[in-house]
Amino acid sequence: MPEKTLTPATENAAPERERPRIRLARLRDFALIPAIIAIAIVGQIVNPIFLQGDNLINILQTMSEISLLVLAQTIVLVAGKMDLSLESTFGLAPGVAAWLTVAAGSGAGLGLLPGAWSIPVTLAVGVLIGAINALLIVRFGLNGFIVTLGMLIVLRGLLTGISGGQTFFNLPASMLYLGSALWLGVPASIWLCLLLFAAGIVLLGFTKFGRALYAIGGNVDAAKAAGIRTDRVLWTALVGASVLAALGGLLMSGHLASVAAAQGDGAIFTVFAAAVIGGVGLNGGKGTMFGAFTGILLLYMIQNVLTLAGVPAQWIQALNGAIIIIALVLSRLTGGKVQE
Amino acid sequence: MGVTKRYGETVALDRAGIRIMAGQTHALVGRNGAGKSTLVSILTGLQAPDEGEVRFGGEPAPRLTDRDAWRQRVACVYQKSTIIPELTVAENLYLHRHDLNRFGLVRWGSLRRKAAELLATWSVDVDVRLPAGELDVEQRQFVEIARALSFGARFIILDEPTAQLDAAAIARLFTRIRTLQEQGVTFLFISHHLQEIYEICDTVTVFRDARHILTTTVADLPHGELVAAMAGEAAGLAESSARAAPPGGAGVVLGVRDLSYGDAYREIDFQIQAGEIVGLAGAAGSGRTELAETIVGLRAADSGTIEVAGRAPRPGSVPDALAAGVGFVPRDRHHQGFVPMMSIADNATMTVPDQLGEAGLISGRRRDRLARTLITNLAIKTPGPGLPVMGLSGGNQQKVVMARALASDPRLLVLITPTAGVDVKSKEFLLGKVEETAARGTGVLIASDELDDLRLCDRLLVMFQGRVVADMAAGWHDHDVVAAMEGVRLDA
Repeated sequence: MPEKTLTPATENAAPERERPRIRLARLRDFALIPAIIAIAIVGQIVNPIFLQGDNLINILQTMSEISLLVLAQTIVLVAGKMDLSLESTFGLAPGVAAWLTVAAGSGAGLGLLPGAWSIPVTLAVGVLIGAINALLIVRFGLNGFIVTLGMLIVLRGLLTGISGGQTFFNLPASMLYLGSALWLGVPASIWLCLLLFAAGIVLLGFTKFGRALYAIGGNVDAAKAAGIRTDRVLWTALVGASVLAALGGLLMSGHLASVAAAQGDGAIFTVFAAAVIGGVGLNGGKGTMFGAFTGILLLYMIQNVLTLAGVPAQWIQALNGAIIIIALVLSRLTGGKVQE
Repeated sequence: MGVTKRYGETVALDRAGIRIMAGQTHALVGRNGAGKSTLVSILTGLQAPDEGEVRFGGEPAPRLTDRDAWRQRVACVYQKSTIIPELTVAENLYLHRHDLNRFGLVRWGSLRRKAAELLATWSVDVDVRLPAGELDVEQRQFVEIARALSFGARFIILDEPTAQLDAAAIARLFTRIRTLQEQGVTFLFISHHLQEIYEICDTVTVFRDARHILTTTVADLPHGELVAAMAGEAAGLAESSARAAPPGGAGVVLGVRDLSYGDAYREIDFQIQAGEIVGLAGAAGSGRTELAETIVGLRAADSGTIEVAGRAPRPGSVPDALAAGVGFVPRDRHHQGFVPMMSIADNATMTVPDQLGEAGLISGRRRDRLARTLITNLAIKTPGPGLPVMGLSGGNQQKVVMARALASDPRLLVLITPTAGVDVKSKEFLLGKVEETAARGTGVLIASDELDDLRLCDRLLVMFQGRVVADMAAGWHDHDVVAAMEGVRLDA
């Protein structure tokens, strides 16, 4: 909204007022840190095992798979697009790999490929879905929200179709490895999640590609005028996001040693909530990867505290929704600006 | 630098040519739809001409795909911002030209330093760490000019740069243009304000109906002839005929008492009679806009009272102000004036849903009938009431905003800079409508720093730093008003 800049005449009044505004903008990145600390303290009071290593690893482990969706969605959101189909990719990509590699006879497996192919197939499915999204959104100029909504339903249906609505078991060893291995005593999926987020912070903050995403999300005409190949950048972002979703799905399958037909179902709401709570704007050009990470971390910490507090499982869902809204209210108070 | 270009038999530009000499400030004028924007997009390499060619300094223009080559030759500061509001000023300056370290990562420190140096070279006083969205229009333009210069471009197109600036900022912009011109920068200056062209430009080119009409040095062209060339008829901006003074004792439509609002203005007292046109003059930042916005209910005053036609609308409530009989033309039509994708009919009748049908339902037929009356009344050029407003030219868009304000038959009409970015002909028309409305007994308040807008006023209140510093009757002299707006006392 460039018009915003054309407003109050009072703005050219006091240059000395500009300093704090810079700091505030930077602080926005860390806006959730106080909340995270507060939840940690509350958690510790509720149940002293909260801050123990095992529990912390448990929190990180449960969020590691879905956090890759947050990572992927953040990249897409910063560029001013949306990808709802990520949650279905999360299920379908490992689903297809299992379908092709699981020996025939057990469930819906075909056993066409040796087990070593499972990871390449998973990632290839991610690339393919991302390319279809990009083709429809970037090349043909269709509305990204509706395209990916359609894809969400189609891909979910495909997974139900190939699996016959059942769960794939007896996955090949290579599919199980990433989701179940321990590196230095900590689950590999946690390492991967942290590494990828670190890479994401660098990608968005310090590379030409990342800054091009912000430029496109902020003002696509200005980005074009600056010589950015906007279409190419968007292709990369959409394909990359799908691959990350496929990888997240792979971690999940390895962790659970199965691919359920409903894997990832409904996850996209949590993903959007985490991104928005973390300060990523839904209209593009705003937010950081670190903010998105704190968003998903906060959500999972709260869930963990609720579980430790013995809240009945039937109530967790209602509380989750309430938490998302409360977190938004808090970030509106700390961020100060009207959310779009 | 010579630029010649011919263009096919299209409507947008018909074999129009322009030649701009290096080191000059060249004005391009013409009414809305004369082909100025088309020429700009061809000169900046965004569109290819169907016929004819563009030459820079004798060499043929680069291919359209070679953006870098274009940027080294020509840059345009558009009315619409081409900065990215969420990014810092530094990053906007060096977007996609980031300094990279050997790992291919952006070196933010050196980027900021370079940006600061660049701005210092062209003496632009802006903190490069600020998000660009927080700059005002003036700073934004300077930043865009500096960015253009950093590409090596020495030919800069300014598309209506003064439309949203106040007098002091315009003066600063002109000083900067002169300085840059001395350093060898060539400008193409597009403006609706003829006075500015006489002030700053060496040469002027007039376009009309997609054709080139004339090019001559500014000094050789009297004001009247320039307007005639633009309008295609010998019509100057008609000097406002002496208005009959409004009948005394016609009743007060607006009474403002002791109104104060934060830092913007303090202790404002005035009244408007029915049929009276009152001007609220003042530079940007004088509080005139805030005061006008308070009267229409966009803001709630800290203290004091407003009475419209004998009733006091709830402070800060636009619906209540509308119900009390206020019609409003806001400051920035793109921002508050209309919904671009909605039709003329929907926009023009937005203020009067109650007249469109019963029980909250809207009758399309009734709406279109009302809209047609308004379209005829305001001479809006459109094939029908169903056209989205974004398809109209600037002047016609402003007429739609005016139609919206008049749809409710207001007792009090409040206008803020009603003719910003509007061509001469539409300007005359809009101001004529204002007079017509006043003649029917509506009180009018015009908040502006544009003397042409204020000329038809019966009375002028001049604001400076939040206070009314002068109250002038019709027949005031321009220099008195300007002096009062700038806070200078001529008699002191």
